[in-house]
Amino acid sequence: MDMIKVTIDGIQVEVPKGTTALEAARVAGINIPTLCYLKGINEIGACRMCLIEVKGARNLQAACVYPVEDGMVIYTNTPKVKSARKANLELILSNHDRSCLTCVRNQKCELQELSAQLGVTDIPYEGQRINYTIDESSPSIVRDPNKCILCRRCVSVCRNVQGIGAIGVVERGFKTVVEPVFDRKLDEVNCIYCGQCITACPVGALREKSDVERVWDAINDPDLHVVVQTAPAVRVALGEEFGMPIGTRVTGKMVAALRRLGFDKVFDTDFAADLTIMEEGTELLDRLNNGGTLPMITSCSPGWIKYCEHNYPEFIDNLSTCKSPHEMMGAVIKSYYAEKNNIDPASIYVVSIMPCTSKKFEAKRPELAAAGRPDVDAVLTTRELAGMIKAAGIDFNKLPDEAFDPVFGDSTGAGVIFGATGGVMEAALRTVYEIVTGKALEAVDIKAVRGIEGIKEFEVDLGSITIRTAVAHGTGNAKKLLELVKRGVKEYHFIEIMGCPGGCVTGGGQPIVPAKERMDKDIKSLRAAAIYDEDKNMPVRKSHENPSVKRLYEEFLGSPNSHLAHKLLHTHYTPRSKY
Amino acid sequence: MSRFILAEHEEKLAELNRIIDEYKGKEGPLMPILTKAQELFGYLPYEVQAHIAEALDIPVSDIYGVATFYSQFSVKPKGKYKIGVCMGTACYVKGSQLILNELIKELGVQPGDTTEDGRFTLEATRCLGACGLAPVMMINEDVYGRLKPEDVKGILDKYRDK
Repeated sequence: MDMIKVTIDGIQVEVPKGTTALEAARVAGINIPTLCYLKGINEIGACRMCLIEVKGARNLQAACVYPVEDGMVIYTNTPKVKSARKANLELILSNHDRSCLTCVRNQKCELQELSAQLGVTDIPYEGQRINYTIDESSPSIVRDPNKCILCRRCVSVCRNVQGIGAIGVVERGFKTVVEPVFDRKLDEVNCIYCGQCITACPVGALREKSDVERVWDAINDPDLHVVVQTAPAVRVALGEEFGMPIGTRVTGKMVAALRRLGFDKVFDTDFAADLTIMEEGTELLDRLNNGGTLPMITSCSPGWIKYCEHNYPEFIDNLSTCKSPHEMMGAVIKSYYAEKNNIDPASIYVVSIMPCTSKKFEAKRPELAAAGRPDVDAVLTTRELAGMIKAAGIDFNKLPDEAFDPVFGDSTGAGVIFGATGGVMEAALRTVYEIVTGKALEAVDIKAVRGIEGIKEFEVDLGSITIRTAVAHGTGNAKKLLELVKRGVKEYHFIEIMGCPGGCVTGGGQPIVPAKERMDKDIKSLRAAAIYDEDKNMPVRKSHENPSVKRLYEEFLGSPNSHLAHKLLHTHYTPRSKY
Repeated sequence: MSRFILAEHEEKLAELNRIIDEYKGKEGPLMPILTKAQELFGYLPYEVQAHIAEALDIPVSDIYGVATFYSQFSVKPKGKYKIGVCMGTACYVKGSQLILNELIKELGVQPGDTTEDGRFTLEATRCLGACGLAPVMMINEDVYGRLKPEDVKGILDKYRDK
């Protein structure tokens, strides 16, 4: 690689050709302030916060889109630079709803941090403000354009990464606003509620629809038996909300915190992930043996499901009919668990802690109500759970490690890897291989389906048949893969698709990592590594060996895909319009 | 306002598809396609934008963004008579804001909007190039100059029964 030398604030650094001034400055130990910049997603030089002076250049330049040249001399800290940045920031603030104290992003806001960093002490430009209606139409995402600073990070991730474009930049000049087309609300367009826009937003213009109050009410209702379950990805991210490094596993502390919040039972969605593998693995074998629709595509990710319904209704028959794990858990709690413990299902309230905003929408699907009432009553994001723990005054970092409640707290390593892209595939193959071949799988780690490559392929020799599999994460990659399948370029038996890039570990409900940290930390890989560590440390690592899952079949469901299993654990899908 | 049904405009749709085919795959196809679509349909209804989005395999929000960015495009139907009130410097100094206010009152719509009966679209425009007649407004091709707010009602009446 061609290396070039540049001098930044008197410090000489050597960087590869094509490096931006922003990146080069970081090599020199200088953090140039940014606002619209989001590495790999939004690099457009729009906000002008990263202005720098380049020796010989006439105007100030935006460092995030300015490639350095050999011998270039750059100044990042001159009075001219500082006053220009500050004036730009003050102009942004002049049309910003500055109700910071009551904002969901208070103390976690990049704009707020920048104001402090740049020493903004008053608002010199008080001018006209447009009052926008807050869009609360969706069960998952709230849009507040009054707080939007038009950085376009959400638009880029939605359009370019996810390939959707549910929101876009509308109008121009002072009237510019980020919103769906034709004054529509979010629930009137093809938004899949993945929440990637939320984790991209530097401010509080996008947030999840909070269900915290409903959950507090349930906990405080003496007539309700309130059961909580946690998705695999939550345990490897929750710690970040309490100052721990990205990729810290806090499973035990999380369980302890949930117990202290007052939940009557703390269960693990990983158990239901194992159950999903039993159902989905059986479904796959049935499709393979009996001429069913192939490729079968996983159905755990509600963002992906909604994407498929909007954009690829022709693939609906390819979707596994399995409910997503937390919905299966809800259905089993309100039937088997209720019966076994002699609790009226009507008085059971199931709360799911999810890394996902789309799960809030999923829980409200009318078809996901096996017992005539919703399988899951409320969904909270990882961020909302952190908020509850803080509100309750629990010192999270000092909590002891506690274990999930039996029996729906029993799980395997296969269940936990659902949280990372490729995990469902790996878990399914661990089980399907052993069932079909009758041999023990020696290499439990199926590394070919791990990692953050957009589309991964893997073939498994099952003796009688070699099954071809593919894994895609992020709906942008899903689109690429499905187009190949549609055109007949690729043929697979089994496909895993997750709606979010990276899978659930980087879901839209996860802790928000500021753009500055995202410059040199790969959140997807760090959190996924924690997931695989968790898997490695489990005594049982294959879903079909989960003793509690076996007992559930023996005592209640009969066998995978039985009539009762179908009634409780399977679902159907609805074609939706793309426009 | 009744819903725009694309299939009811068979000939225009065929023409639009011809233009899409011509520009598809070339660099910057959106502007010429939208210009033609606006010419064909008088404005850019959602259904037309969705049709173009599907054909070009881009999100409809891309198209809506462009359509709302440039003032030459309209996403709402235009009235039979398009009223343009000049907001250029000369007209403004001569009180065109008062003329515009009077029109807003008379028609019951804001600039950029169309009356419910579809008769008038009110617009505040840039300089019309008739500064000597300031303040000026145009109704379709007719020019009215040296206006006073009290003239507005009488002028509108001429178009109300046409």
